[in-house]
Amino acid sequence: MKNYLLSVCYPAESTQPSPDVLNRIMSDVAAVRKEMQAAGVWLFSGGLYPTGSATVLRHQDGEIVITDGPFIESKEQIGGFTILAAPDLDAAIAWAGKLARAATTPIEVRPFMECSN
Amino acid sequence: MQQLSSEIEGTFRREYGRAVAVLTRFLGDISLAEEAVQEAYATALERWPRAGIPPSPAGWIIATARNKALDRLRRESTRADRERAAQVSADQEESEEQEEPEEHDVRDDHLRLIFTCCHPALASEAQLALSLRLLGGLTTDEIARAFLVPVSTMAQRISRAKAKIRDAGIPYRVPEAAELPVRLRAVLMVVYLIFNEGYSASSGDQLVRPDFCDEAIRLGRQLAELLPEESEVIGLLALMLFIDARRDTRAVGGNFVKLADQDRDSWNQLHIEEGRYLLRICLERNRPGPYQLQAAINAVHCDAPTTADTDWQQIVMLYDQLMAIAPSPVVALNRAVAVAELEGADRALRLVDEIELRHYHLFHAVRADFLRRLGRSADAATEYRIAIEKCANKMERDFLVRQYRSLPGQ
Repeated sequence: MKNYLLSVCYPAESTQPSPDVLNRIMSDVAAVRKEMQAAGVWLFSGGLYPTGSATVLRHQDGEIVITDGPFIESKEQIGGFTILAAPDLDAAIAWAGKLARAATTPIEVRPFMECSN
Repeated sequence: MQQLSSEIEGTFRREYGRAVAVLTRFLGDISLAEEAVQEAYATALERWPRAGIPPSPAGWIIATARNKALDRLRRESTRADRERAAQVSADQEESEEQEEPEEHDVRDDHLRLIFTCCHPALASEAQLALSLRLLGGLTTDEIARAFLVPVSTMAQRISRAKAKIRDAGIPYRVPEAAELPVRLRAVLMVVYLIFNEGYSASSGDQLVRPDFCDEAIRLGRQLAELLPEESEVIGLLALMLFIDARRDTRAVGGNFVKLADQDRDSWNQLHIEEGRYLLRICLERNRPGPYQLQAAINAVHCDAPTTADTDWQQIVMLYDQLMAIAPSPVVALNRAVAVAELEGADRALRLVDEIELRHYHLFHAVRADFLRRLGRSADAATEYRIAIEKCANKMERDFLVRQYRSLPGQ
């Protein structure tokens, strides 16, 4: 089994969908999560507040410097993520496809490095 | 000696994909599989000249590569490798009965490797490079030269693709029935891209790169053997055979010759016969697809003893079907060329003007030709100049320059 990070990506400029649409998305995403849990592949998932809520810490000259985030201003943002365990990329892709349909946004699939110990 | 070493090289090139495929299953890693096959090649170069080419070179290559890999894994000291060696060794003992792997196992492995190379998670240029390297057995140097990129760039492209297969866990298996149609489309696309690159090199001085055509047809034949029930696989093979039949008549004395002016008696009749046979199989199954329809269009050209005898009505009808199931601006452009023969350049020009394909040199070349036929020489000249500017292949460009110069007033 490998672990995969499924990130919900959306353009930073995009406006939030109407409450009706949002509710629908939330319940569709929840349904996919339940399906993942039932299949025993789900490890963790959650949505994130917008990047304006982020804080960045740096270790600099022996001190921790705290600044207002985000670390990188980018055109695309991560709105949430799911971590799942799957036998291979095709299995992860199949789940990511379900998530993309439910979330109505692109999903990025990235493999975790294997732990050597 | 020289002849023998090129014979050895040829054998390895032909068997490379199958050998790497089998070794990948044993070792679970493409790069290790490649190293093992290369070591077997070195051994063959040393041994075959003395002992002669073994009766079953393919089996010898796979068995030798497997032993080389096993030796190497045993020599290497990390625990993970030793465990893997033990595993491979155990697998091997299970199949100790026969020294050579079963033919159907080899075929399954080969198919797995084809689908891995053409996995949609890999960029299409990576799919292409990987397929030429792993399935075609071409060297990184040869692939780099063909695509006019530095060897280091191509080496990096291939090694990144292999790293992604390993790190992302791209599986080494044939897709399930539900995903097969989509996944097969990617495989057929890669094979056809290799063929097109051979038939009409996108850049450079040579018009035709025969080795790429041969390679694509070889892959097409292997796919047809592995997936005989897939009509589009058969259709693609037929299409490549029909087009390739005209290869030698397409460039004469370093000059490009257009379809209408080619010496039809010199078309490769064996290829045409085989294409017709394959197309009949497709027709009986009656599950048309884009490759089968394109093959049918090319069959109509091959059926006409002279250009004047071409059944343009039939060709336009086939293009209509193609537009219905797989519409694209390029198909629309080709359809317009057929319409010009049937209904005249005026009608065809109006069709072309509705197509969005201005970055493509052939769009301008076709438009220029229609304008020339309509006697609008000045407009044709402008259009030829754009086509010439956009054309990256020297031989095709020379042809367009000749057309341009032959316009009245140029």
